[in-house]
Amino acid sequence: MKRLFWITAFLLVLSTSLIFTQDRLAVATASAQGSTPTDDEVNAIAKQLYCPVCENTPLDVCPTQACKEWREEIRGMLADGKSEAEIKQHFVDYYGARVLAEPPRTGFNWLVYVVPPVAIAAGIFVLFRALRAWSQASTPEAGTDEVDASSPPDDEYIARMEEELKKRN
Amino acid sequence: MLADFGFGVLIVTFLVALYSVIAAILGERKQSAQMVESARRAQLLTFPLLSLTAGVLIYLLVNNQFDVSFVYEVTSRSMPTYLKITAWWGGQAGSLLFWAWLLSAFTSAVTLRKWERDREFLPWVIVVSSITLAFFLSMNIFFENPFARFYQIAGGVDAYTFKPAGGVLVTPQDGNGLNPLLRHPGMIIHPPMLYLGFVSFVIPFAFAIAALVTGRTDDRWTRLTRRWTLWAWLFLSLGLVLGGRWAYDVLGWGGYWGWDPVEIAAFMPWLAGTAFLHSVMIQEHKGLLKHWNMILIMLTYALVIFGTFLTRSGVLSSVHAFAQSAIGPMFFGFIGATFITSVALLIWRWPELQSETEMKSMLSREAFFLLNNLLFLSVLVVCFWGVIFPLVSELFTGQKVTVGPPFYERANGPLFGAMMALMGIAPLSAWGKSTITTLGRAIWKPTIPALFVPVLAYLAGYKQPVALVGFFLVAFVIFVTLYDTFRSARARQRAQKEDFFTALARLAGRNRRRYGGYIIHISMMLMAIGILGIEAFQTETQGTIAQGQALQLDGYTIQYNEVASWDDPGAGVNYTRAVVDVSKDGKYLGQLYPRIDFYFDSQQTMTIPGLRSTLQDDLYILLVDWQPVSAGGATFKVYHNPLVNWLWVGALIFITGMLFAAWPDKDPSLRPVRASKHAVEPSAAD
Amino acid sequence: MTDEQTTTTPAPKRGVRLSTQIIIWVVLMALLVLIGLGLKKAQNPIISVGSEIPDFPLTMFEGYSYQGASEINFSDLRGKVVVINFWASWCKPCEQEAAELEQAWRSYEEAGEVVFLGVAWTDTPNNSKEYLKRFDITYPNGPDLGSRISAIFNRNLGVPETYFIDRDGVLRLIKIGPFTSLQEIQASIDPLLTGTVPVGNNIPIADNIPTGE
Repeated sequence: MKRLFWITAFLLVLSTSLIFTQDRLAVATASAQGSTPTDDEVNAIAKQLYCPVCENTPLDVCPTQACKEWREEIRGMLADGKSEAEIKQHFVDYYGARVLAEPPRTGFNWLVYVVPPVAIAAGIFVLFRALRAWSQASTPEAGTDEVDASSPPDDEYIARMEEELKKRN
Repeated sequence: MLADFGFGVLIVTFLVALYSVIAAILGERKQSAQMVESARRAQLLTFPLLSLTAGVLIYLLVNNQFDVSFVYEVTSRSMPTYLKITAWWGGQAGSLLFWAWLLSAFTSAVTLRKWERDREFLPWVIVVSSITLAFFLSMNIFFENPFARFYQIAGGVDAYTFKPAGGVLVTPQDGNGLNPLLRHPGMIIHPPMLYLGFVSFVIPFAFAIAALVTGRTDDRWTRLTRRWTLWAWLFLSLGLVLGGRWAYDVLGWGGYWGWDPVEIAAFMPWLAGTAFLHSVMIQEHKGLLKHWNMILIMLTYALVIFGTFLTRSGVLSSVHAFAQSAIGPMFFGFIGATFITSVALLIWRWPELQSETEMKSMLSREAFFLLNNLLFLSVLVVCFWGVIFPLVSELFTGQKVTVGPPFYERANGPLFGAMMALMGIAPLSAWGKSTITTLGRAIWKPTIPALFVPVLAYLAGYKQPVALVGFFLVAFVIFVTLYDTFRSARARQRAQKEDFFTALARLAGRNRRRYGGYIIHISMMLMAIGILGIEAFQTETQGTIAQGQALQLDGYTIQYNEVASWDDPGAGVNYTRAVVDVSKDGKYLGQLYPRIDFYFDSQQTMTIPGLRSTLQDDLYILLVDWQPVSAGGATFKVYHNPLVNWLWVGALIFITGMLFAAWPDKDPSLRPVRASKHAVEPSAAD
Repeated sequence: MTDEQTTTTPAPKRGVRLSTQIIIWVVLMALLVLIGLGLKKAQNPIISVGSEIPDFPLTMFEGYSYQGASEINFSDLRGKVVVINFWASWCKPCEQEAAELEQAWRSYEEAGEVVFLGVAWTDTPNNSKEYLKRFDITYPNGPDLGSRISAIFNRNLGVPETYFIDRDGVLRLIKIGPFTSLQEIQASIDPLLTGTVPVGNNIPIADNIPTGE
């Protein structure tokens, strides 16, 4: 059972870090050469980018003139047949890493991904040590306050009533 | 002149608050009940004084006194009176005052009660709440004076508290007007609701500090503040939901939550507060988790202060705004000082917070509450680090980065899933000894039907795997909760020979906290349905169409019918309203009216969606305001949000559950305050 | 509250171990210091007059060069007075000063003691080039790639902003907003040529304050 606990804890910690990115929208991808990319195609990429100027505003909903031009830029690049990755890279080169929805996984930015799982794991570890110290310090005894969860409901209710009454005295 | 009077009263209140702190400390040191009583009276005095200050400010706001800079900032002649009143919390200076006023109201409510049994808490509760009050008042007095006025000197016009040498009073003709985004009914209630929640949490924190200082670290302080914690949590939760609804209605990006630093700053105290709310139950039942409860309430308080500043009703607040304002460093200093003091007190009293029993099994209910704390704290760590990291990154690398939704969703998704699983397992778990067999025996019955739900969802067209897991968990929690309630009612029915519904009513009536909590859990699962629906299955489209043309999305046809534009000079707005015909799979459903409102005084636009809401989905249509609008062509953005209204339905049921949980128990003999037991404990002063 | 019949022996009362205390305080202090420093840096978003400007590269638009090079480093310009103007094609106020800036450049170009650098901030390349052509701008101009140049000068850059740097690479004057005349530009540059400091450090007051009536 302890092993089960550790496996669960480990999975919990791991899942908060690097694995699986969720892919939400399924919208049409690269357009055919020659036809103007639709707004939806532009937005599919703009949605993943942030306005380089405004604070925390995704590029597909930003109303400023500058953002309008950036969306047209994306449209132009799509029409040229550029892929989503290329367009994103262009934006990063031109405007910096802040246009991405999360920090690129390079250098210092690894900290943002690594610190939470490490902190959480440290917390679990400390907790587990404390719990173990507790149960080792206590003497084993007959479970007087044990309530069998599997007993038929009547007994459980009555047992619970008795426990409540005990507490109130 | 009235403004000067208001400022004067503000200063007096500040001094009175300081006095109450000093008198309380001295009274406690010298064991002088008289001094403590004087401190208490001083603290009570702050409420009428602040009410007077607020009254003056509201008078100035309603009467267009534009020489006062705050009035200029947030009102204009074209605003209706009720909006001018709500403009009180529409700007930094006013919202700080509003916070202080609420705090003085609540602490007065606390200090009005009879204090016979808990005399030793009183001085410290006064100290903590009055220091907090004094801090907020000092922010108003020294940095963000709501009564500052415009004076012209050689260098130009600026706002001053006192008339500068050679200064001439400047009275603008009209004000800037409240940010149009703040004129929505949701935005009118959202800040006060949030602040109510924030401020209410100060009370349990004050009692926690009092408990640490006096050494009375039993569960007395949690019992005394149990109601406060409940109400604080209700207001904070509602404040968050209202914020989400407002964003959905008015911000025009088809969503309700963007993992923006401002949103997260209000979410973090909620996380700590929810963990605290649950964890104190364990302290009361089993005398466990006392350290946790102290840590959690301290965290909640610190995050409340942090969140208060960051979420002032200015829409453009963010971590950077916090950092650059003059009061940013002061808030930081205050949070730092409180945190250091709290931690020091906690370490000093650590031994006295020893548990009275211990956890015997990893699968016992106590252990699950511990796991609950851990999960909430984990989400808190993720959120805090994500909010702080851009600041840290800029510090060390000079480069700005954005930490956005993908980061939070990826990290928090599994954590929330684990919390939901816990919501289902914990009610059926047993106190004390528990094994996987006993637990398994208890939960297999509700689990089986829950497994059918994702299958049904899949067949109904909802095929995304993460959402299916989510639906299973939702069903699991709801079935477990209903099953447990049913079982207990059934047992009572048999034991008391009542009919089922009387048994249920009596059962719930005597365990309001538990069954109120169950209603709340169910309501949160309904909200989860809404969240899963919109997060996993939202689709959108955008296009420029001429009159008569249509856009298609998920079987819906949205046809552009006509557009009209007109001014409302009284309200100072220009409206551009389009009419669209909506059909689904050929069947005509009705018309919707997406709108663009342009406010002349602040030169800002608001896009109001045309919204068709059913339990099954929302059809959300926007007129895109950065493109020209005419009969020849208008750009529409259409969102299809499945299941999203369960979010709001769940919120309504949530309120019901809260009211049920917080209602006083019918039978006075069952009220948790047990006079007999605590008569044994000595009271310090008396 | 607790069941008197619980038979476990309570764990011995113990305080927090010294090692744990040290860890807690160190972590707490580190966190506070970190946030405090971040705050302090954010409090001063604009580089201050009198600071030395660090080196940075400027890759110019095609057709633009300085002394034959289409890519230069700021340090190459040591010994000359440097005027750095941040602009964007979508910025209306920038248009007000575009002609005067070009005029000023042409008046100093021949003597070769002053270098004008135009930096297009968060702009799209095609629109930038169109803007430059429209105002017939000939001084060295390039995009602020990665927003790295603006990060040196003002972490909250707005446009237009102009920075005047003396022959030793020290910032001497900041102009926020468009210039109103050619004379204003020249008055900012001429003192730097002779080694004196130009008058006036122009940081605007908050824009929600009304002008006197």
